[in-house]
Amino acid sequence: MSGVALAPGRSITASLEGMVLAYPDLLQFHRDPDYVAWAVPPTEEKVAVISGSGSGHEPLPVGYVGPGMLDAACPGRVFTSPSPVQLVAATRAVAQEAGAVYVVKNYAGGVMTAEMALDLLGDEAIPVRTVLVNDDVAIPDPARRRGLGAAVLASKIAGAAAQAGLPLDQVADLAERMVQNTRSLGVATDACTLARAGIREPLPPDQVEWGVGIHGEPGQVRPLPKDPVLLLEEMAEALRADLELRPGEPLLLMLSSLGGTPQAELYWAFRHLHRTLQAMGLSIARHLVGTFITCLGRGGWIATLARMDGQLLELWDAPVHTPVLHW
Amino acid sequence: MGQQNGQAGNGQAISVEQIRRWLLAYAHRIIEQEEYLTALDADIGDADHGTNMRRGLEKVKERLEDPDCPCNSVGSLLRSVAMTLISAVGGAAGPLYGTFFLRAATSCNNSPAITPAQFAAMLRQGLEGVKQRGKAHLDDKTMVDSIQPAVEALEAAIGQHKDLRQALHEAAEAARRGMEHTAEIPARKGRASYLGPRSIGHQDPGATSAYYLFETAAQVLATPAHRRESPSRHR
Ligand SMILES: Nc1ncnc2c1ncn2[C@@H]1O[C@H](COP(=O)(O)OP(=O)(O)OP(=O)(O)O)[C@@H](O)[C@H]1O
Ligand SMILES: [Mg+2]
Repeated sequence: MSGVALAPGRSITASLEGMVLAYPDLLQFHRDPDYVAWAVPPTEEKVAVISGSGSGHEPLPVGYVGPGMLDAACPGRVFTSPSPVQLVAATRAVAQEAGAVYVVKNYAGGVMTAEMALDLLGDEAIPVRTVLVNDDVAIPDPARRRGLGAAVLASKIAGAAAQAGLPLDQVADLAERMVQNTRSLGVATDACTLARAGIREPLPPDQVEWGVGIHGEPGQVRPLPKDPVLLLEEMAEALRADLELRPGEPLLLMLSSLGGTPQAELYWAFRHLHRTLQAMGLSIARHLVGTFITCLGRGGWIATLARMDGQLLELWDAPVHTPVLHW
Repeated sequence: MGQQNGQAGNGQAISVEQIRRWLLAYAHRIIEQEEYLTALDADIGDADHGTNMRRGLEKVKERLEDPDCPCNSVGSLLRSVAMTLISAVGGAAGPLYGTFFLRAATSCNNSPAITPAQFAAMLRQGLEGVKQRGKAHLDDKTMVDSIQPAVEALEAAIGQHKDLRQALHEAAEAARRGMEHTAEIPARKGRASYLGPRSIGHQDPGATSAYYLFETAAQVLATPAHRRESPSRHR
């Protein structure tokens, strides 16, 4: 990673201004407290979908703001969850009586921030449901699993359900169903040098780190197999086993770069993941390959596999207009 | 709940002005220790605790030095500190310290001065708030590990009618021991918990920043109130 402009705790204001400048038709940046919302607010009353996140995971969360997905995103500083005051301001701005869904990745800071925002909102007439995202199979205990790619999927499903005019509880239930049927795994091919502290040892070229989080949380350092394809096969198996998938179930596969992986290596990994899953008799109904959730500029991938059903597929396919997802 | 002014207890009242100076001293200590706190967080977390806390305490310092700072009651002063931290800190530490001061504030509404016993009760409320917010217990390797022993030591010393200087000294010592103990145990809460046993040998950054609360209290609040101008005439 470069570390010219970004380091843990650093302000990302200029970066956000750049992003909004790049998508003026979609995004509007509100300052103090900071949040990003639609450039043109929705006309009809609906449930609002809001997500806060530390920065350094771009395009998450701001890249998913727009019709059919998030109504507002509250970016914190690099690797630091936003302040509750940002969530409160965004909620007051974009949510009405229909209420709001908070999509919250399962990290101590994020969870406490959402709880505190609810305390501060007190008995204002905005009902809120929090959807906790915990899809990281690297952590055995589901209650402690970190939020990874399922944050993108749950935001898409919630946004589509809200756009369809469903009430708060249904929107939140659907997003939760998406999370429950999603698993992710991060594997890094180089170290996450936290630029400011400069603390992590570089990862030797013949090693990978298995089960990394998106804040440079260390995983398990392992030798790179002689045939690197084995790595992807193992990733596919870890996700399949945890989801207890059976042949024939329609799946969604999302492969994200951790931020510093060359495109060629991303597609190489996608090919092998896809093939492995097919060889297991599984059918990939939808897929996404690209940069969706990152750890600054780290090398490696986050593979996200989800079991879909008719309703989830329909919501997935519903129109979306955000900087990152648009169809 | 402390409505009456504190003349009772150990004979020493703590004025809102003293509380203000204590929190100013705390802010200075955190700002000065930013690098150290971040280095501790780099070992077992995500290297942002010092940056987060410094950002918040700089705002608190501004607030406390502002002539418009609500200094007519301990409760309103603490509430203002809490809201400043909640807005400025982010991460886990923002909601935790915000809750600490918010809950402390509710235990001493409208009092321009508090007794040592009320001071201890206020910190107890703050501690319970932190434990509720973070669902953490003693020995989870968090800020609770320095706050809880300190509050217990303060309560015990005040219960035994020790003078305020001695009570605060014992609280600070208990906080320091609690902080140092975090280096010997694995983390069960917060980002460091993902390291499991690998977190042993590293002192918890939050327990360290919380220790400074008691360290500075012992330095600032032990000075008896009568050595100052009448606190009630202070803004
Ligand atoms: N559940 C908890 N209960 C009490 N204290 C906690 C808890 N989780 C973390 N802490 C304290 O917070 C400190 C870390 O604060 P910090 O400012 O670095 O936030 P963070 O965990 O990095 O959050 P984020 O990654 O969202 O910024 C830890 O050292 C610990 O003392
Ligand atoms: Mg941290």
